[in-house]
Amino acid sequence: MFRLMAKDLAKRFGARKLFSALNFELTTGDSLAVIGPNGSGKSTLIMTLLGLQRPTKGSITFAEGDTELDDATRRRLVSFVSPYLNLYDQLTAEENLKFFITVSGGHVTGKQINKVLQQVGLEGRGVDPVAEFSSGMKQRLKYALALLSNPAYLFLDEPTSNLDREGKKIAVQLVEQLRAESILIIATNEEEEYQLATAQYRLGQ
Amino acid sequence: MPPRSTGLDSKALAVYAKDMRLELRSRYALNAILMFAITTLAVVSFSLGQSGLSPKLLSALFWIVIFFSAMSGLAHVFVREEETGTALALRLMADPDPVYIGKLAFNFSLLTTMAVVVTPLFFIFTDAPAEHIISFLPVLALGVIGLSGATTLVAAIISRASVKGALFAVLSFPILMPLLIALVAATEKVFGGSGLGEALAELQFLFAYAVVMITASLLLFKFVWQD
Amino acid sequence: MWWKILLFVGMTAMIIASYVTPAPQQQIGESSRIFYHHIPQAWICVLAFATSMVYSIRYLRSRRIEFDDRAVETARLGFVFCLLATVTGSIFARIAWGSFWNWDPRETSVFVLLLIYGAYFALRGAVQEPDRRAALSGVYSIFAFVTVPFLIFVLPRIVPSLHPDDSIVDSSMEFTMGPSVRVIFFASLALYTVLYFWMLNLSGRIGRLVRVREDLES
Repeated sequence: MFRLMAKDLAKRFGARKLFSALNFELTTGDSLAVIGPNGSGKSTLIMTLLGLQRPTKGSITFAEGDTELDDATRRRLVSFVSPYLNLYDQLTAEENLKFFITVSGGHVTGKQINKVLQQVGLEGRGVDPVAEFSSGMKQRLKYALALLSNPAYLFLDEPTSNLDREGKKIAVQLVEQLRAESILIIATNEEEEYQLATAQYRLGQ
Repeated sequence: MPPRSTGLDSKALAVYAKDMRLELRSRYALNAILMFAITTLAVVSFSLGQSGLSPKLLSALFWIVIFFSAMSGLAHVFVREEETGTALALRLMADPDPVYIGKLAFNFSLLTTMAVVVTPLFFIFTDAPAEHIISFLPVLALGVIGLSGATTLVAAIISRASVKGALFAVLSFPILMPLLIALVAATEKVFGGSGLGEALAELQFLFAYAVVMITASLLLFKFVWQD
Repeated sequence: MWWKILLFVGMTAMIIASYVTPAPQQQIGESSRIFYHHIPQAWICVLAFATSMVYSIRYLRSRRIEFDDRAVETARLGFVFCLLATVTGSIFARIAWGSFWNWDPRETSVFVLLLIYGAYFALRGAVQEPDRRAALSGVYSIFAFVTVPFLIFVLPRIVPSLHPDDSIVDSSMEFTMGPSVRVIFFASLALYTVLYFWMLNLSGRIGRLVRVREDLES
């Protein structure tokens, strides 16, 4: 059972307060939607939870049962899908997947890669450089990466942006598939997306 | 959870292989560094004439050419990650240690390639004593290790600054000062024909410098990478 | 308050004494009096930069931005004293050794220290986000400091030093200065040190006030 805890979390840029006194505890199977208008700090909150930005105050804990996860384990168990997460344009889709899984401490076979590429509707495109992909295909590739890393923590920022109708359907399907075994955090403005989550946190009031 | 986890060595190797692959597909850093080295070398040779240069002058010229060429290309391995926005994904999924080791190995390979091309050209262009080229190799190797070892962390620092420009050379030069002084002294002895035995103290110094700078970089890198 | 008066009286007395007592070095004569200021300035320069590095380490360990403020403040003071020591040293070098700059090992070390902290301030100017600026410049100042022992080791092997080894202590570690010279020199050293800590304290208080004002505005 994995847990994610935020205690008295606050972030501000100079005089601008994005969020403060944020407390929550999530365990595997839980999901949280972060909603709010543009510029309300949804992405900043996600980045802070991911450890990529330092909170002004408070703490974030990743734990398995009662033992806190070390940084290396956390990196292996966390997955993130977002339009502003860039993959290597000059590498092929397969090379990207293989690189990120290896570097996060996992192991992957060609067969597994083909399987997830098929799941996201990119079969046969594995050998093409990502530079030739449209933004929607790139977004699908990020879902393939999330699937491969089999995350205990899944963070989604604007999960269906750039996706066509078909892509949206695949994304929702994948999220439904992964959510039972992970902690899901979604930052979004789309009603259909935040209804995927069991709890909501509203920013920017 | 993934079936098994991999260690530091295979993660570092993955970073190194990834950067080599990117470099082979664009050849940006290698072209920059080689063109810079060959151009400065040609200017030096053209303006000073080919023969009659003292070992002191030759050794200083050689390391000035290497220093500035290194400055033109070694920061690329980190700057590229920031410019293409891939640093975010890498930072999210990779531990700092394998990232540093992989990038250090990449910079070392880049400098080695440059040294392999530039050293023979230098001996041709300047009429440096070619009979000493064998005893020069250990000095060159230690110089390449020291240069890449001390500047990879600086490259990581400047890639996170909003204005990069000349910052890489400005930050690197004071740190490389002891290295360059020892390299010039050792090279002068070798070119002067006194053999490697005479330059033993400098070689030990170069080795110690590389070990200390790489260790310090490993300890400090996470503070640069994670903020 | 009392120590500020003491510092004022002490400084005044030390400066007067440094001019009315016989010159510390007979061969060089009157201009050797610069030694009463040059060495304490060089000492403060080293002390200030070392303090800056310690604050940088404390910042990286605690992530408290105050430590970064202190690191910059003492680095600024170090830079000023470093320039003073360079100028006084250069004037003395012209008189004693014939030219303003000789690439003597200590001149070279001071030059490299100026380069390091010049680069440090350039780096700070190039990073906008305060936490990142603090972390990057802190790492740089620690990393650069690691190279200083190498510099001190390698330089004398390349260029022999012009600086006297026995101006304070000779090789048998005995004082070679006359009693009056010794009193004025150590008084100057102590007074400069107190002056440095006072300046550091003042800039620290200003820095804290600036932080308070920022907090109030936000």
